[in-house]
Amino acid sequence: MRSILAGFIAGLLFGVGLALGGMTDPSIVLAFLDIAGAWNPQLMFVMAGGVMVTFIGYRMAARRSAPLWDERFFTPTATRIDAPLVGGALVFGIGWGLAGYCPGPAIASLGGPYEGVAGFVVAMLAGMIAVRMIRRPGAQSLAAELPAAADG
Amino acid sequence: MHPWLLALIGGALIGLSAVMLMALLGRIAGVSGIVAGLLPPVAARDRAWRIAFIVGLVCGPLVVLAFAGASPIGPPVVSLPILIVAGLLVGAGTALGGGCTSGHGICGLSRLSPRSLAAVAVFMAAGIATVFVARHVL
Repeated sequence: MRSILAGFIAGLLFGVGLALGGMTDPSIVLAFLDIAGAWNPQLMFVMAGGVMVTFIGYRMAARRSAPLWDERFFTPTATRIDAPLVGGALVFGIGWGLAGYCPGPAIASLGGPYEGVAGFVVAMLAGMIAVRMIRRPGAQSLAAELPAAADG
Repeated sequence: MHPWLLALIGGALIGLSAVMLMALLGRIAGVSGIVAGLLPPVAARDRAWRIAFIVGLVCGPLVVLAFAGASPIGPPVVSLPILIVAGLLVGAGTALGGGCTSGHGICGLSRLSPRSLAAVAVFMAAGIATVFVARHVL
């Protein structure tokens, strides 16, 4: 029950933050990526605010041996910069640059009146499922060493 | 308020969300990872907080709409076929690369993770290159 409460409040804060940051407007996101055009640095401020608070807050959270409402920290353990990481980031970046949506803002925009957002999100889920099917443990030897959603 | 100041405050709220998830549940606030944990072939056992997070995420911009009186949600700027192609790439890429702008960007950079730093450099460069080609070459 309290994990549901924590999840909901965290999601709400995240959604409000994305909205205030302008990330639920793909024209602002694409203007940030358009360094040869009318560049808008707004997303740098979202990133700066997010990393500053998280950098400090994570260190405060890590003073405890476990989180308050669970038995351990579920932090990523992989350290190697490998082909799936680089290839995945490359494919993700191309998709991000095509439409101006990354996963958080796309889902947060589902409450708006635009059907295209739902089209993006359904396709995104299909893309995730496809990769998870191919990489499920046992399907490929590679999958065994890389747990699903290794980093975030 | 200046949009850049609002963006800084918005970013801080995202950070607060990430710290809260870590301090209370010990989880990384990476949206692609939170979503992927609900999907086949093997859904994670901890589904309740993931679903609650997504419900909250959708509610966030609506709360801003209620207080500000104007919707922060902008219209898509590309056609539906491009949105679908982009969605497939974003879904496949984040599942393969183990994270997105939040998991690698906010959380990974804050953890000083070399993997996340590499991922952020690659997806930023790929995003910038894609926009450059789409707007200034084609």
